[in-house]
Amino acid sequence: MTSKSMQNLTRGIFKENPVFVMMLGMCPTLGVTTSMANGIGMGLATLFVLALSNMAISLVKNLIPAMVRIPCYIVIIASFVTIINLLMEAYLPALHAQLGIYIPLIVVNCIILGRAEAFASKNNIWQSFLDGLGMGIGFTIALALLGGIREILGAGSILGWNFVGEDGYPILLFIMPPGAFLALAGLIMVFNKISGANK
Amino acid sequence: MSLTMIFISAILVNNIVLSQFLGICPFLGVSKKISTAAGMGLAVMFVMTIASIATYLVYYKLLVPNGLEFMNTVVFILVIASLVQMVEIIIKKTSPALYQALGIFLPLITTNCAVLGIAILSIQKEYSLIYSVCFSLANAMGFTLAIILFAGLRERLNASMASMPKAVRGVPIVLITAALLSLAFMGFSGIGR
Amino acid sequence: MKPVKSSLFNMIMAMTVVSVCSAASIGYVYQKTKEPIEASKTMKISKAIEEMVGNFDNKPFDERTALSGGDLELYPARENGTITSVAIKSYSNNGFGGKIELIIGILMDGTVTGYKIIQQNETPGLGTKITENKFSEQFVGLNAHDDNFELSKNGGEIDALTGATISSNAVVEAVKKAVTAYKKFAGGAGNDQ
Repeated sequence: MTSKSMQNLTRGIFKENPVFVMMLGMCPTLGVTTSMANGIGMGLATLFVLALSNMAISLVKNLIPAMVRIPCYIVIIASFVTIINLLMEAYLPALHAQLGIYIPLIVVNCIILGRAEAFASKNNIWQSFLDGLGMGIGFTIALALLGGIREILGAGSILGWNFVGEDGYPILLFIMPPGAFLALAGLIMVFNKISGANK
Repeated sequence: MSLTMIFISAILVNNIVLSQFLGICPFLGVSKKISTAAGMGLAVMFVMTIASIATYLVYYKLLVPNGLEFMNTVVFILVIASLVQMVEIIIKKTSPALYQALGIFLPLITTNCAVLGIAILSIQKEYSLIYSVCFSLANAMGFTLAIILFAGLRERLNASMASMPKAVRGVPIVLITAALLSLAFMGFSGIGR
Repeated sequence: MKPVKSSLFNMIMAMTVVSVCSAASIGYVYQKTKEPIEASKTMKISKAIEEMVGNFDNKPFDERTALSGGDLELYPARENGTITSVAIKSYSNNGFGGKIELIIGILMDGTVTGYKIIQQNETPGLGTKITENKFSEQFVGLNAHDDNFELSKNGGEIDALTGATISSNAVVEAVKKAVTAYKKFAGGAGNDQ
């Protein structure tokens, strides 16, 4: 892999992480991360849509007149989302029920339209795929981390395995809505410390 | 559920932003000043109410008779996007004053997941047209209330940003503030059940 | 290759082609997934029924009948042709996260064998405890004719979950609906046992 490809792949994972750095896609980030499994599931669903729509848009970028660019992109993205939604309902019904309304809402996740506009419409298919994949991985990692922290603190379990027992008292606040904001604030502080931002 | 309950539930108990996490992007992005927050809130109220009528009609008059319910996500987002464009053009022509107040917020609303989310939710809950409209309006009012309150808090925060520890400046303190506001709204949970 | 110009013809063409491709591909996937989606829903219900009813040699799911004007569904479990117990699908719209659906098993003498939640959207770690044995076991052994299906604070037999009164209440509501329907069923058609 050339260094340029490598760069396009890894950019989304750390340097331009969609959640920690760019603050995109906040609704699913906060909404579904009540457990680590949910976070990973949502992250992977978004990853698929992101990689596929980036490729599709890169493929047709020269065939679409600039003025109707955005509506066409939205239709392409919405189609992939609907397809993923149907596939999940058929083959992963439990996860589909957990994620609920947030799956169709992948359509309006700003990351996807943002990458289509900023990257896929200017680059070739392979690079667009890598960019989508990298952003998707970055998003998945962020959601898994947030879901993991909220599950450990709020439910006293990790990936469904309970370690505080029936009579344990986890900090329930963390799986409730305020906990989502708090946990994300904490994660971003740690991220900023590591990446050296906020100096 | 009665109409009054829909309003109380959507505005206070199950606030769309603070407990359902829809419309977080504008909530965090356009809430630095009370005046812009109020503008955004009004624009969302306007678009969301009209969008609920449009998506209701499209769903029950166009998609259901043709057995195309599964196309709803694609069709709804297109309806909302074109609606926002149309509203922008009409307001520009007819009421320059209103355009000045709402104009810059309208393009941002297409990607506001609250609009699409509420459209899908009212279909899922099998509401009638009147209920859909009230449900949308109530949620939009909830959004407006949350974003204006939040902007008020942020205005005060920004004034004292210099006295905060470096680590929490910027995004973290904004999120912590949102957490406290959300905590306050949790106090309403259980009302009317 | 040079980008296509934004002439009216090109724009309409591009939009049409994109929409047609999108509709075609979604339609194809919809057709392909229709059966698996139905099957997975049926699977879930029949598995819950089999866990809730006692011995049977028929297929309760295939003999389902609607109760209470179509709101509830009843699945009779037969042994050698006579009904030994029934499973009833009931629901409540008043869960913390919306609709809760459950399957409850009742023997023909009115003894409740338990319930299984098939759909819920409650707060993980709080409301989701309605799916755990500690809560659901409280219903086992109660009698549809004699016992009071209410929370203990309303003078009934069921202790609400700490911090999840709304979810507990919703389960009780769903169970009560099922019990009422069962009494009608047992008092009418069920009498010939």
